[in-house]
Amino acid sequence: MDVMNGRTVKGVNFLNLRDAGDPVELAARYALEGADELVFLDITATHEKRKTLAKLASSVAQAINIPFTVGGGVASVEDALVLLHSGADKVSVNSAAVRRPELISELAARFGSQCVVLAVDARQKENGWEVYLNGGRIATGIELFTWVGEAVDRGAGEILFTSMDHDGTRNGFANEALLEMSQRFTVPLIASGGAGKMEHFADAFIKGKADAALAAGIFHYGEVAIPDLKQYLFNQKIPVRIS
Amino acid sequence: MKRVTIIDYGAGNVASVKYALARMGVEAELTSDSDVILNAEKVIFPGVGHAAAAMQALQSKGLDLVIPRLKCPVLGICLGMQLMCNHTEEGEVDGLGIFSEKVLRFNKGIKVPHMGWNTIFKISAPLFDAVSEHSSVYFVHSYYVPLSENTVAASYYGSAFSAALQKDNFDAVQFHPEKSGAVGAQILQNFIDL
Repeated sequence: MDVMNGRTVKGVNFLNLRDAGDPVELAARYALEGADELVFLDITATHEKRKTLAKLASSVAQAINIPFTVGGGVASVEDALVLLHSGADKVSVNSAAVRRPELISELAARFGSQCVVLAVDARQKENGWEVYLNGGRIATGIELFTWVGEAVDRGAGEILFTSMDHDGTRNGFANEALLEMSQRFTVPLIASGGAGKMEHFADAFIKGKADAALAAGIFHYGEVAIPDLKQYLFNQKIPVRIS
Repeated sequence: MKRVTIIDYGAGNVASVKYALARMGVEAELTSDSDVILNAEKVIFPGVGHAAAAMQALQSKGLDLVIPRLKCPVLGICLGMQLMCNHTEEGEVDGLGIFSEKVLRFNKGIKVPHMGWNTIFKISAPLFDAVSEHSSVYFVHSYYVPLSENTVAASYYGSAFSAALQKDNFDAVQFHPEKSGAVGAQILQNFIDL
């Protein structure tokens, strides 16, 4: 879930943000309903962010009994340390790692690759996929698969890939790009952006060979219930945890 | 209120274990004081990180001597379980020797660490009361304990390995019960009720 000023928000392609509730209450509900992991990305753009994010990690850790990742502005080993000590299981890095790839190496050396998630946002161009920063607003000229390859080599333990072309559209995940990534890299791959109905999740696993799929809006507004989704995937013979 | 002592020797995040107990109404004390630990009613021995560094931290506080001598129920979690064994390939260090097993690195050809939800089977110990065969629990580890006479739950990753060990008053789990949803909460509750 995207968090801004302590509230869960949701928009299309990171624009037109709507309030979607209290992140800790939502987290507790999703954990109970059978979500396997939660991801919190703080998109607050103030200097207070660092403190509020640690507070959020601590509140979430007290409330839920499943693993969770926290990210949004993590730029140093110290930033990550505060979040992990607050109870987060993993931290995700995005813009700061694009600007200074050594960050990934430093985090992996200090905490282990299992703690380090590379979040990457990209758009499809004529010549291939390009990495974007700040929720798809800033082009980098960096080719997606080259960047993910470097991040994995530096010790990223997991890839959270969001297609900005698909995010918020509810037309399904970027399955072709997912497939290429899952074939090229050996770390777990999380599909993000585009979930609109249950079939899209099955597609991400079967066509995209993703290891996990992430969604926000369809859960926040109750369009897809997690127990129904997991039962559906189970019926499609996709290995899922049914509690 | 039941009291649990969590050994806090600077190896990784112990907050999650404390929070999990708090959700069950159990007050937990974090300490590295060997006197407090020797007089505890129940002890949880967690651990995340590198085995060699963790063993050094235990030795610096005399805890390598204290833990094997405990008579109360003890629950090792993740690296805690591995350090309770005789030896680990991680840093080639000797552990506490409570369990005679050797801890091995996962073979090449599978993704390491073994991270995520996986099922446990062949479960047989009071720690798993009311837990069904093939329940899912959450793992994060690069080294494993092979199946042995002390195995009370198995899991499969490349090959079958020990998801839990038990001997006398010592229980140990490779997975993270504090992160394993309702199943994990049941296992922690079972430990509290031992």
